[in-house]
Amino acid sequence: MSSKAILQRSWRATCRSPRMGAPKPTYAPRRWSGSISQRPGSDRVLFPGAVNSKFTTDMSFLKASDLPAIPTYRVIDSDGELVDNSRAPPDVSDEEVLTWYKNMLSVSIMDVVMFEAQRQGRLSFYMVSAGEEGIAVASAAALTPDDVVFAQYREAGVFQQRGYTLKNFMGQLFANCNDTGKGRNMPVHYGQNYPRIHTISSPLATQIPHAAGAAYALKMQDLQNPNRERRIVACYFGEGAASEGDFHAALNIAATRSCPVVFVCRNNGFAISTPTLEQYRGDGIASRGVGYGIDTIRVDGNDVFAVNEAMKEARRLALTDGGRPVLIEAMSYRVSHHSTSDDSFAYRARVEVEDWKRRDNPIIRLRKWLENKGLWNDELEQETRDSMRKAVLKEFSEAEREKKPPLREAFADVYEELTEEAQAQMKELKRILETYPDEYDLRPYKDGVKGLD
Amino acid sequence: MSLPRSTRRLVPRVTNRCYSSAPSPRAKLNLPIDYKSTPILHHTPSSLSNVSEFPAGATSKKLNYFQAINSALRTALTKSDKVMLFGEDVAFGGVFRCSMDLQTEFGSERVFNTPLTEQGIAGFAIGAAAEGMKPVAEIQFADYVYPAFDQIVNEAAKFRYREGGTGINVGGLVIRMPCGAVGHGALYHSQSPEALFAHVPGVRVVMPRSPAQAKGLLLSSIFNHNDPVIFMEPKILYRAAVEHVPNEYYTIPLSKAEVIKPGKDLTIISYGQPLYLCSSAISAIEKTMKGVSIELIDLRTIYPWDRQTVIDSVRKTGRAVVVHESMINYGVGAEVAATLQEGAFLRLEAPVKRVAGWSTHTGLSYEQFILPDVARIYDAVKQTLEY
Repeated sequence: MSSKAILQRSWRATCRSPRMGAPKPTYAPRRWSGSISQRPGSDRVLFPGAVNSKFTTDMSFLKASDLPAIPTYRVIDSDGELVDNSRAPPDVSDEEVLTWYKNMLSVSIMDVVMFEAQRQGRLSFYMVSAGEEGIAVASAAALTPDDVVFAQYREAGVFQQRGYTLKNFMGQLFANCNDTGKGRNMPVHYGQNYPRIHTISSPLATQIPHAAGAAYALKMQDLQNPNRERRIVACYFGEGAASEGDFHAALNIAATRSCPVVFVCRNNGFAISTPTLEQYRGDGIASRGVGYGIDTIRVDGNDVFAVNEAMKEARRLALTDGGRPVLIEAMSYRVSHHSTSDDSFAYRARVEVEDWKRRDNPIIRLRKWLENKGLWNDELEQETRDSMRKAVLKEFSEAEREKKPPLREAFADVYEELTEEAQAQMKELKRILETYPDEYDLRPYKDGVKGLD
Repeated sequence: MSLPRSTRRLVPRVTNRCYSSAPSPRAKLNLPIDYKSTPILHHTPSSLSNVSEFPAGATSKKLNYFQAINSALRTALTKSDKVMLFGEDVAFGGVFRCSMDLQTEFGSERVFNTPLTEQGIAGFAIGAAAEGMKPVAEIQFADYVYPAFDQIVNEAAKFRYREGGTGINVGGLVIRMPCGAVGHGALYHSQSPEALFAHVPGVRVVMPRSPAQAKGLLLSSIFNHNDPVIFMEPKILYRAAVEHVPNEYYTIPLSKAEVIKPGKDLTIISYGQPLYLCSSAISAIEKTMKGVSIELIDLRTIYPWDRQTVIDSVRKTGRAVVVHESMINYGVGAEVAATLQEGAFLRLEAPVKRVAGWSTHTGLSYEQFILPDVARIYDAVKQTLEY
């Protein structure tokens, strides 16, 4: 607590002293409005810290291990069949499901090509989202274009579903002139203004409190302008990131300020090498949501229908009664390495991964569902894969040939305007480049040394 | 992910790495550092035995930087039961392999993974140190240390001062972190935040330049000082820098700079990886300007720093250039230059020059233009000599 807050507290305590008479609460009147007080002889605790807790003479500790695990919602099984035949089929048009399928496929084909390209040294880094395409695509499909997204780094499917093109992907991956990030970020740190997905930041969990604040901003703006369609924020992160303080801060503040935000945790079992057993105890990330008073569901991340239905309902809940946060924990084993910098067979058995790959996968599962419905077959699969691979390679080679942004972009955007100091540094760099022209290869950069003007 | 053979032909092969800044074909200064021949490293056991800081007559082995850290950690864990080692992904050896095999050798009670929480790791380490252990905590990248800033600045640094008469302190606490640029780390895998920590009295900030230095300085941080230490390891050196490292236990004192190369006309003050760039620039300048000799000083400990060695050197040479990788604004160079202005003013023949990262972030495509290179150091030395 800041010293200012301590001072305010003691000042308030003074104000409430009997000599001053009955004080009026001076802050947070909504929470302090007189009604919460424990009457003499009450059978329960009633004060702002615990508003409805019954007294008991039975001393028993609540044992986390005794509580049943939160169930995992699914609609179709790993054979692509509806699990509960008594329910209506998923409320999604065939055309839309096909779009999801193609979006997942496109991301997974891009992953294979770019992973290989990184191994060849064509780009510095890459991260695949193998096995987690379903969570990204099917959740993003429940959003409107006006909704705002904060993501981590394994959500290429969210970008794909929200209209990010192959040209956009490749421009970012090769840090060229078409990169909205102006060649500044590591590969896979995509960003898009509309439909908005804030540019990825590498530090883990930092985006989660942003999502709460952004949701509050949307809520305020939508209250001030009731004619516009109301919006939510969707926030993605992994179960490893949920160990950071930022995750806890975000859920708590989102709950207390009733922010219309849906937190989507991709639980893939690993944070680089650290398995979830060393990451947390208790019933996953979902149980954290409940602790913060947040409506929570756990879903099968390999089931696009379950993810999509949960996200649609979460979006509705997030906009109910003036807004509230919702938490979705989507389960899908990480079948890939953490990144191209990681060899996961150093800490887990290859056979374990192969088993998972064989057993389940959101793409194969949806393909089975589509085939069961007669919407897909081997021929379509082959055609689609071939044309997607060609499209990826075409954008790949064009992006690789494209120039990098001009050198001034190294200095721009630190502040709104270049500082006097930065201008002097650019001038000095230009002098160095001109004094020692043999020492620098400026050919890859748009406008060469003039790019500093 | 192992790829089926058929996909290996998906992308036509090229020979050079397009993404990284390949040296200009006509470059004479900005060439890749040749770590096999640089005078910064001990390539033979005999060069090691010439240095008084290393144990006399010790056997040695060629180790790279991460192996030297590993050797120091193994030595520390063997020497004292109080030493423990933890951080993200430490159990399987760490993402840079510094803790390889240590969990197997010393058990999962002393060497273990933590959840992904830097503030938790630092706070946990402070608590353990306050109760008498010697925790060596790893932050996976210096770029990710900021959630732990509160624990380091408000807790570790102020612990002894706050406890006062109780005498309780967090000596033995070491927070290790890989730092610095590698050429393609961009905004969040390149930072070198030593100046931020050096601004905080109460923590010692160390950045070793080489494997043998790293082992001695790490053991010294764990055993020879009762102050919390921020131990920064330039990650570009983990595999690149290889030299003879004594096998046994030895320590190198903290807060003691080292004159790596004596000279009479100008002093370069640096630390960490840029020392290799300085060394290249020095050999170029000594070749082109006959008779000139440059003194090179490694600060080794950034704070509290060895002011006397630096002032004595510049009083002798009359000229100084400070080189570091992190941003120039309010950086270590500013502190060194101001101290020289106070301590050697009448002997200065030229203004103290700084060569450092520009006042911006480490944009991926621009890293080679933002960070100091041999040409910029060469230019600064030449200008200062000709002032």
